[in-house]
Order: sequence, then C-alpha cells, then structure tokens
Amino acid sequence: MEREATWEGGGSPFAIGVKPLGMWLFVVSDALTFSALLVTYTYCRLSNPDWPTPFHFSPSILFSTAMTFLLLSSSFTMALAVRAMKNGRRRQTVRMMAATIAMGLGFVALHLNEWFHLMRVGNITLTDNPWHQPLFGATFFGLTGLHMVHVCAGSIYLAIVAAGVARGKFGAEDVETSGLYWHFVDLVWMFIFPMVYLMSVAR
Amino acid sequence: MENPTAAKVHAPPGGFLRRYVFSTDHKVIGIQYYLLALFSVFLGMTLSALMRYHLVYPGEKQHLFQLLWPNGAPDGIMTPELYLSLMTMHGTIMVFFVLTTAPQSGFGNYFLPLQIGAPDMAFPVLNMLSFWTTLLSFLVLCSAFFADGGAPLGGWTAYPPLSATGAIAGPGMGTGMDLWIISIALFCVASLMGAINFLTTVLEMRAKGMSLMRMPLTCWGWFVTAVISLFAFAVLLTAGILLLLDRLGGTSFFLPAGLVISDRVLDHSGGSPLLWQHLFWFFGHPEVYIAILPGMGLVSTVLSVFSRKPVFGYKAMAYAMVAIGLLGFLVWGHHMFISGMSPYSAIAFSVLTLAIGVPSAIKTFNWLGTIWGGQLRLTTAMLFALGFVSVFVSGGLTGLFLGQPALDLYFHDTYFVVGHFHMIMGVASIFGIFAATFYWFPKVTGRMMSEPLGKIHFYCTFLGAYAIFIPMHFAGIAGNPRRYADFTQFDFLKDLASVHKFITHAALFTAVIQLLFLWNLFWSWRRGAKARENPWNATTLEWALPSPPPAHNFGINPPLVKRGPYDYSLPQGGKDFLMQHEGEEE
Repeated sequence: MEREATWEGGGSPFAIGVKPLGMWLFVVSDALTFSALLVTYTYCRLSNPDWPTPFHFSPSILFSTAMTFLLLSSSFTMALAVRAMKNGRRRQTVRMMAATIAMGLGFVALHLNEWFHLMRVGNITLTDNPWHQPLFGATFFGLTGLHMVHVCAGSIYLAIVAAGVARGKFGAEDVETSGLYWHFVDLVWMFIFPMVYLMSVAR
Repeated sequence: MENPTAAKVHAPPGGFLRRYVFSTDHKVIGIQYYLLALFSVFLGMTLSALMRYHLVYPGEKQHLFQLLWPNGAPDGIMTPELYLSLMTMHGTIMVFFVLTTAPQSGFGNYFLPLQIGAPDMAFPVLNMLSFWTTLLSFLVLCSAFFADGGAPLGGWTAYPPLSATGAIAGPGMGTGMDLWIISIALFCVASLMGAINFLTTVLEMRAKGMSLMRMPLTCWGWFVTAVISLFAFAVLLTAGILLLLDRLGGTSFFLPAGLVISDRVLDHSGGSPLLWQHLFWFFGHPEVYIAILPGMGLVSTVLSVFSRKPVFGYKAMAYAMVAIGLLGFLVWGHHMFISGMSPYSAIAFSVLTLAIGVPSAIKTFNWLGTIWGGQLRLTTAMLFALGFVSVFVSGGLTGLFLGQPALDLYFHDTYFVVGHFHMIMGVASIFGIFAATFYWFPKVTGRMMSEPLGKIHFYCTFLGAYAIFIPMHFAGIAGNPRRYADFTQFDFLKDLASVHKFITHAALFTAVIQLLFLWNLFWSWRRGAKARENPWNATTLEWALPSPPPAHNFGINPPLVKRGPYDYSLPQGGKDFLMQHEGEEE
C-alpha cells in the first residue's frame, strides 16, 4: 500500500512513511524480547552469588572490543548508505551496504571464533562449565546467540535490499528502513557488551 | 504530500484461492480469524463440558471417553491426568484462539480500516501471513492431543519446574508440552505481526479529517490492544524460547538444584521457577486487557447507537483505555502473592492493582451515563452490550478481593479465582464478541440475524453464565481447590457436591444453548432478511458503504471526515443523527 499518511492538519506530524514506522514498531517489540533476556540474565546472575567472572583483559576483552569496533563501524557505513540513497547515488549506496554486510559478517566470524575457543579451550558449553554454574553458559550463549541470529538475518536482509537498489527496484525509504533494523541490532550489542563482557572481567 | 486519491486500490481478486483462502483483503482475513475463533470456542466449550461432567460423575463409565482417549480413560473413567490435559487445552484454546483472536484480529481486521476510511491495512501481505501463522499455531496445539502421551498437563500458565523437565513429569509433559510451547511461540510471532499492522494502520492510514479524537472508541480499543500485544507477546516469546531451551537444550533457566521428580534426582542447578512466573505474568496480566479492551470499545459504540445518545465522556473513555493498558503492565505481581514475595512488593502490586479500579469505574459510570435517559432499543446487540456491563461489574468487584494480598493468600488456587476470571475475562469478552456479531452481521453479510432467536439465546446465556460462575465463588470461599480432578475423595468438600452438580447442569444447559447461536449465524448468512446499508442508523464510516462492502472499500474517494463518531439526538427534521462524513465541518 503505497500511500502517504493523510492527517487532519495536512502533513504528518511524525513525517514518517508506512515502512519505517512498521520497522520502528518491530524494533520496539524486539527490544522487549531482548530486554526479557537481559532481565533473565540479571536475575540468574543476582540469584547465584558465586557467578564466575572469567574474562581476562587479554585476549577476551580485547577481542570483544575489536568485535564492538567492527559492528559500530558497520553502523557508520550504513548511515552513509542511507544518506547516499537520499541523494540518489545508487552505486555509492550499494558499495556502502556491501561494506556494512562485510563488517557484519566479520563480526559473526570473530564471534564464532570466540565461541569455539570458549567451548574447546575454556570448556564452557550451553549446559556446563568449570565453575559448575550452568546458567553462565546458558545466558552467555543465549544472549550472544540471539544477537548473532539478528546480525545474520540482518546481513541477508541488507543483501536483498542492496540487490534491489542495484536493480532500481528499491528506493530511499527501503534503505532507510533496513538501516533502522541494522542500527537497532548494533544498539542491542551496546547493552550486551558491558553487561556480559565488561562486568565479567576477571578479578 | 501525495494526493490520497492516488492510492492504489485492490483490483477485484480473481480465483477462489486468491479471493477466499490466500487473500490479502483485510475483510476476508477478518472473517478467517472469526471462523477460526468460532471453531476454537466450540472445541474449548466441549472440553469444559466433559470436565464438568467428570467432576460430578467421577465414577461413571462413559464409552465416549474410552473411544476418544483409550489411554487417558482406559475403562471409560477419566484419569486425573486426562482431566488436567483437557483443562490445559481448554484454557489455552480459549485464551489464545478465542479471546485474543476474535475481538482483536477478527473484528479489528474487518472494521478498523473501514471505520477510519482506509483502503486496507498498512501491510496486507503481513496481515495474511499473520493469519496463516495463527492457524499453524492452532494446528500445532491441537496436534498435542495426538502426541505420544497426549496433551500437556501444565495448565495455560505452564509453570516450571514440571513444565521444564520433560516426560518424567507425567504423560503429555514430553512431546505434548514441546508442541504446546512451539504453538505459543508461533502465536506470539503472529500477534506481533498483527500488532505492527494495527498500529501502523491507525497512525498512518486514517482518512482526511479523522483525527485520533474523532476515532470511534472501537478503534481506540484495537489501538491500545495492539500496543499491549506489541509489548506483552515480545516477552512471552522470550519466556517460551527459554522454556524450550530448558527442555531440549539441557539448560537450567527455570530449574533449581536438588529437584526430585518421579523418584529421579535432576542434574540441574542455578535456575528459578519464579523467573518464569515473572516473565509469564508480565505477559499474562496484560493479556486480560488484550481480551477485554476491544469489547469495551464495541460496547461503548453499541450502547450509544441503541440509546440514540452520544457516548458520555468520549475523551475520558479513550484515556481510561490508555490508562488501563499502561497500568496492566505494572501489576503482574498480584498473580504471585503466595510465591514468597516480600510483603513490601506485595503492597506495591496491590495498590497498583486496585488503581486499575479507577479507569474501570470511569468506563462503567460513563456507560451508565450513556444509556441514562436514552431511548433504549433492546436489540440483541444492545442486550449483549448491557450484559457485558453487568458481568464486567460482577467480575471486576471480585477482583478487588483477589487484589489484596491478605485475602488472596486464602483465595488463591480456589474456585473463587476460577469464577472471577471466567466472569471478567471469559464471559465479558464473549458477550463483547456476541454483541459485535449481532451488530456487524448485516454489514458483513448483507443480511440480518434473527432477533427472536438472538434474544432467546441472550437471556439463556446471561442467566446460564451467572448460574455457572457465581456459585463457584461460594465454593471457593468454602475452600474448594481448583484443578482437582475429583472432589469426592475429600470429606471437607462433600457438602459442596450439590453446588457442583448445579454448576455442571447450568454449564451443560448453557453449552447446548450456544447451538442456537450457531444455527442463527449460519441460517441468517443464507436466509436472513436483507439488510439496508445502515440498518441501525449508526454514524461511523463502515455504515456509509454498501452491505457487504466492496473489495476496495471506499475506492479512490475516501470520505472526508467532518465530525466525531457519536452525533446522535440531533434536533433536526427527519433523522436524529449525522454520520461522520455528513454535515458541516465541526
């Protein structure tokens, strides 16, 4: 339904199209889904006083900081893509979105590397770990796993939009909408990074 | 600003499949949801009839039970496990596939775009997807009946630890419970898609002149309900995924250390069953308002139409719905008073719970104010709307008892609670659905439902509902626990046998009476008297369209809205009302 809002006063006070508004609402509900998981993590952590704090500055925190840097940079290129599309520069848009996807996939690659390291070397799995605090692994893999699913889904979504932009099928609003999603996934990481990593630095 | 007349309209869809099955037309999808809810409500009602029968005749052999559940009723007598599985399925089907599906997804889909003058919902394909996901969710739930061990026993709340431990917790707690959780997770996804669609439609698709404060209160009801759905189902989705992880992934989110179930020590530690209660009731309490708010909006409209008076205090009505929606998220703890909660938290939850009485009372008094001194026309729709107000008050007042920690400690898990929530959540919402069915049937089908049949159905259902649920309160005060399959085993419940017999007979009578409604619905669909465009002389936009409305609603000429939704009792020649697009700009 390609239709502008028709408001009583003439222009829409939100000045937002149907698609971005729909994405905003999805972001709100997804934020609640993640919040419930973060609350679960907090609840488990507070109700188990001997919660492990195993992450050493090197390599764990350095590694996750690099991941954070990669994800933040991808948000920057995404913002550039949205701006380029608003200015009608399709090739620039596709290039910026490709960079965004590349950094997103880079994040996933680093993340999976970290996961396998934790599982193989640290003996931390979904159900058990050396400290016999089974919820440590469950919350860690649950939170970062759900986030990783979002990054992967986002990469596919951005690829579809970028392909559509290249073929002239999608417009500035579609790029903006996909950008909203990507920035949200980035924002979620900005909660996970301090709560899961920085608060679990080895003392 | 694009010219609204440039809006794309539906091409009349060709082919049976595209038109009636995989349709993106909000009207067809609304009917699909309604029919799903209709099937579900009769299934859920049948389950409750079987349970009520078993409660008062626990020793009598029934070949039907044996035929339907060879394992659950091996010699024709229902086992306690079968009773619990029927109770679980009854609750789940009724709450999700009737009370959530019909008022919001059914009527909301059909009438929200019509009432705000939109050509369709904002995302028609998403709308279709959300219906098919709901249907899939329903099929997954029903498949639990046929799973190894049968349907789950956990009730619609599925409390861990027993719901998180698998088949050792009882028959149906293996595959059946997995299917239950998957079904609920799918339902969450479908509801989230629906909520996004409803909110975007209300915010972006209104016809020119349809300001928020000119929307019919039905649209306010659907709007606030969609906001609640967006928040509540997002959290239930997380809870469901975590419960599934506990069962299939071996995690311990809801499982503490040292659990012994069926003589087996479980190898879990660190989790807490209370965490589930928090997550579940953060969804579960707002769910009550998801069920009732669309009915509140509809009742406001119906009372106004059939009293020929404007809704008393329109703005207060709209704000009261918003307040109820907001407060609904702050009171989940009142379901957990006996969970060992700190008395200070309990007082906070109690005060917030009782505070919901304020907007609820505003609504009730404004309904009375609306019909006060009006020229009442007691059509079936009006009768059900008045019935809604009645059961809303009866069910609401018992909520004041349960909202107090000291009293709840006694009433919790007794039939008092069963009576309370069936009145306020079940009967009130169902009366809203009945009122909506009789009120909008002419618009959907172009024919009128039979009024004499409707009135017989109303009076029998009204008396039946009170006869079933009021005695339950007394049984609860006498200490009768809920969820027990057989009361005859306990001396202290012997005196209540006659009360339960009365309840069962009232329930079976009320259930049979519902066939009258079913007959009325399908007979009138084919044979009812032809309906005019606006048979009730109502003011909202859907009545400006032919009955039934064309596929493209208002086409390329959406109406220009000039006034609020309830302009009745106007002193002028000929007619006593002005529709929203008629007359001079207010």
